[in-house]
Order: sequence, then C-alpha cells, then structure tokens
Amino acid sequence: MTDATVDSPAVVTTPAVRPEKEGGASALRHILTIAKREITGYFASPVAYVFIVIFLLLTGFFAFMVSGFFERGQANLLAFFAWHPWLYLFLVPAVGMRMWSEERRLGTIELLLTMPITPWQAIVGKFLASWLVLALALALTFPIVLTVNYLGRPDNGVILASYAGSLLLSGAYLSVSAMTSAMTRNQVVSFIVSVVLCLFLILAGWPPITNMLSQWASAWFVETIAAFSVMTHFESIQKGVIDSRDVLFFFSVIGFCLFTTSVIIRAHRAG
Amino acid sequence: MIEVRNLKKSFGAKTAVNGVSFKVEMGEVLGFLGPNGAGKSTTMRMITGFIPPSDGEVFVGGFNMLDNPIPAKRLIGYLPENAPSYADMTVLGFLGFAAELRGMRGEAKKRAIDRVVEMCFLESVLHQSIETLSKGYRHRTCFAQSIIHDPAVLVLDEPTDGLDPNQKHEVRTLIKKMGRTKAIVFSTHILEEVEAACSRAIIIDRGQIVANGTPEELKQRSEHAGAVTVRLLDGSSAAVTHKLDQLPAVGKCTVLSEAPVTVRAYLKKNGARGELAREIGEVAATEGWRIEELHTEEGRLDDVFRAITRPETKQEEAA
Repeated sequence: MTDATVDSPAVVTTPAVRPEKEGGASALRHILTIAKREITGYFASPVAYVFIVIFLLLTGFFAFMVSGFFERGQANLLAFFAWHPWLYLFLVPAVGMRMWSEERRLGTIELLLTMPITPWQAIVGKFLASWLVLALALALTFPIVLTVNYLGRPDNGVILASYAGSLLLSGAYLSVSAMTSAMTRNQVVSFIVSVVLCLFLILAGWPPITNMLSQWASAWFVETIAAFSVMTHFESIQKGVIDSRDVLFFFSVIGFCLFTTSVIIRAHRAG
Repeated sequence: MIEVRNLKKSFGAKTAVNGVSFKVEMGEVLGFLGPNGAGKSTTMRMITGFIPPSDGEVFVGGFNMLDNPIPAKRLIGYLPENAPSYADMTVLGFLGFAAELRGMRGEAKKRAIDRVVEMCFLESVLHQSIETLSKGYRHRTCFAQSIIHDPAVLVLDEPTDGLDPNQKHEVRTLIKKMGRTKAIVFSTHILEEVEAACSRAIIIDRGQIVANGTPEELKQRSEHAGAVTVRLLDGSSAAVTHKLDQLPAVGKCTVLSEAPVTVRAYLKKNGARGELAREIGEVAATEGWRIEELHTEEGRLDDVFRAITRPETKQEEAA
C-alpha cells in the first residue's frame, strides 16, 4: 500500500555512498549535517509547505479533472504520472532556486566554504536535502495508489517503477536548478534559467517535437536528440521496466549538473 | 601560526592584493589597517581559504592552504565581513550546525555551545530566530560561531563594525584576552582599536604593505611624535617662539593659539626625546614663564595612517 513511501528513501540515499568512499565516515557526517540544516531551513520557511500543498493540489487536479482519471476506467496511474514532467518543470526550480543563490546573497557561502569540509560535501548535502523534500511531496500522493487499488486490480509493479521514475526525474531537474542557482545571487534569474534548461530536457524527446524533426532530419539525428530528453527515459520507465540505461541517464544528468555546480562555485571564488 | 608569502590576487585587470607577506605567531594580535578597498578583506579571504590566491602561498599551522585545505581550515575560526548567518535558524541551531561541521558531537558540542554563549552573552536570545535579532546580537552570534572550536588561529574581518560603543569595548577586551593564547588577525577602520587590542599592526594600501610594527613604533613615525606643547598663563606668543627657537633641541615652533599662549615645539631631526621638555622647562624657569601645561606628544596613529595611505580621490588623480 505504502510502497512509494518505503521506496523513496532507498533511492535517495544511493548517491551518498560515493562521497563516503572518498572521505570516509566524516564526509558522510558532514553531508548529513548540511542536509539536516537545509531541511530545517525548508521547513522553517514556507517553501516546503507551499511546495507540497501546491504539488498535491495540482497532481490531483490534472489527474482527476483534466485527464479524467475515473472516466478512463483503467486500473493504472498513467493519467497521474503523465503530468509530472510538466508540473516539475515549474515546481522543482522553485524549490531549487534558493539552494546556492541564497548562500551567495546572504554571504553565508563564505562561512560554509571556510569550514573544514570539501565543496563536494556541501553540494551533495544540499542537493539531497532538497531531493528529500521532493520525495516527501511525491510520497504524499499515496492516496491515489490506494484509490486505484480499491477500484481495480492495477499492476503495482508498474506503479512502483513509475514512482521511482518520477523521483529520478525530479532529481534530474533539481540538479539543473542547483547548477543555475550557483550561477547567480538572484533567485528569479536562477528560476527562469532553470525552467528553460528543464524545458529543453523535456522538449528534446516530446513526440510533437520528434515528429516535427523526423520530417526533415535523418532518424539517427532525431534519436540522438531524443536520447537527451527526460521524456524518452521517463516514459520508458513508466511502462514498468526499469532499464539500467534509463537509470544511468538520470544519474548522469545529476552527476554532470552537480559537477558543473562545483566548477561554477570554484570559478566564482577564483574571481 | 599564519604565514603569508608574497600573496597576490587580481580580479580581471584589477589587482586587489599585490605581494603581501607577513607572519603571525602564537600570542600575537595583528591589526590590519587600511583604507576601503585596500585589499584587507581579500587578503583575509585568501588566508581562510575562501578564495584561492593568484600567486603566493598561505600556511596555517604549517599546512599549505592550497594543497591541504581541510587541516588548515580546522585550525581557523573566521568571522567574515558583515557577519553573515542563516537568518532562518535559531541561535542555538546555528551554533550547533557550526559545532557539528567542526566535528563536535553530543556532550562536546553541548559544552562548546555553552562556552561561547556565555562568552558572547547570547543566553537571552538562544531560542530566537536569527532574523528577529538586532544587528549587535547577529554580529555576536557569528562571532560565537568563529570561536566555537576554540581555534588556534582567529581571523576577524571588522569584528566591531556596527556595534555600539559598549559592545565594541567588550569585543576588544575579548580579542585582547584571547590573543594571549592564539594567533589573531583582525581588520578595522578604527585606529584606537589597534592601540587597545593589537600587539602589532600592518597598514595596507592599494594591495601592498606600507607599514608594519607595534602600535608604538608606528606612532613614532608621526611628525608630532616627541613634540612638546606648552601653554602659558601670560606672555606673548612672539616672545615665547623667539626664545624656543634658540634652544638646541628645537627644530621648529608653531603657535597653536594666542590666548592663552600655546606653542608647540617640534624636535629636531634625530634629536633625543626628553631633551626638548627639559630644555623648555629650564628656559621657562629662567624667563619666569608661568606654565599652565607642558606635555610631550605621543604621536597619533591617524596622522601616520593619513600620511602613508593616500585617499581614494588622490589615487584616481594619480592613475
């Protein structure tokens, strides 16, 4: 019943294993300290609550009112998950935009980076904290799983895979937001740039765009562009098959964006 | 504890710090003086490892800040300019966060927080959110963060900025007290602060060190150092200057005021201090001057400061 709730933390903790190898137990402790502070920050301000409430309202609205969850008469959650890439497009940058720009605006980045920790520990800690907020919002959609199980006999394996895919998708968007928020002390700029980059990640593989491209471009070109799209990989996971290539794709996006974040922060410090 | 070798930093075409070298040993309090934009904060940011130098090296406790930043940073407590802190946290939460990043857990963390809360008088605001605090409390919260791990090296960028006179006095006393067992570098605009708390001062201008010595040594560089001011109950300034000019130790005399007659006699170049006051005393006795006041000037740091750092406008004209 609460499969999604159980699943979320397991996926979240996976990236933390990597820095542990590099710096041992103290590295992990630093990451957790930073993540803890960040989560406290989210819940001390209205950001986390507003995000969770809006996310739940909008997923409900789109799944039931727009996609006609009941009228479809199908025991699956396609009507629910189909909207996630578009909802995340605006909601995830709203969560991530403050991640580094706020540190720069307040000057606390100077405190943080003169502590005896590596910039990587700060980057990963902050990212994980924000991802956990997104995971919590996603987990709170569990009533729809209960509903569909009450009404019919859905394939819960597919639903579980879709939840995992949705979480990975939000992580990929979040890493883009982390990167753009490191570029500027202005949260609005960070938000807009992040939305545009995420929109590119969606559109590159969105059927209307790929269909348009395929009219004049060769198939391999369309496929290459589409391979960069979160849609291609998200839809493939939604079919209930967690292909390692799709998982690898999302973690590559996260890894690349967080690495770029570290480069931007270093460049900013170097002047 | 701190050694800075030929430190340079350029931002694009602008050179902020240009070849700064100095050492700070345990038990020393180094005052960092200089006009705005002289490169004080940039130097401190390089010492604490926030920004990498364009050239030169920083050693803290023997660790090179570039090659080995983590052990070097462990030794340092840092109060950045404007004392930033996380506005959404409580004072207790913020200090706990700093303690944990400094590797303290459980009982050790609790003791460290108790210690700095007492030192910085934060008991009354411990559970308040930082954004609701006055500037003085916010400043002290960030200061508390910098000493939470009882660091061997303390780098303070304008630690008394924005505090009221009482708080300034408290911070100065604290710095002086801690300076006996630590190596401290702090920057300031307030020259009396240097005299009150520093064992040594460096004046930096346009990215370069222009003076380095104890506050007493620096004051000696003032043109007023060793001059004697004499104020009489009667007599005329012309007659007094005439007599004083004939004294062997006097370089020149200036009349500060006519009534009451006040004259300042400057020491000749390479003249011995004390000589001047004695000679003036003797001439006053023979002439029967009724002296109201006679004292030897110590020299003032702000004279030295003004003499060796050029104000912003003159720099631009020169450029």
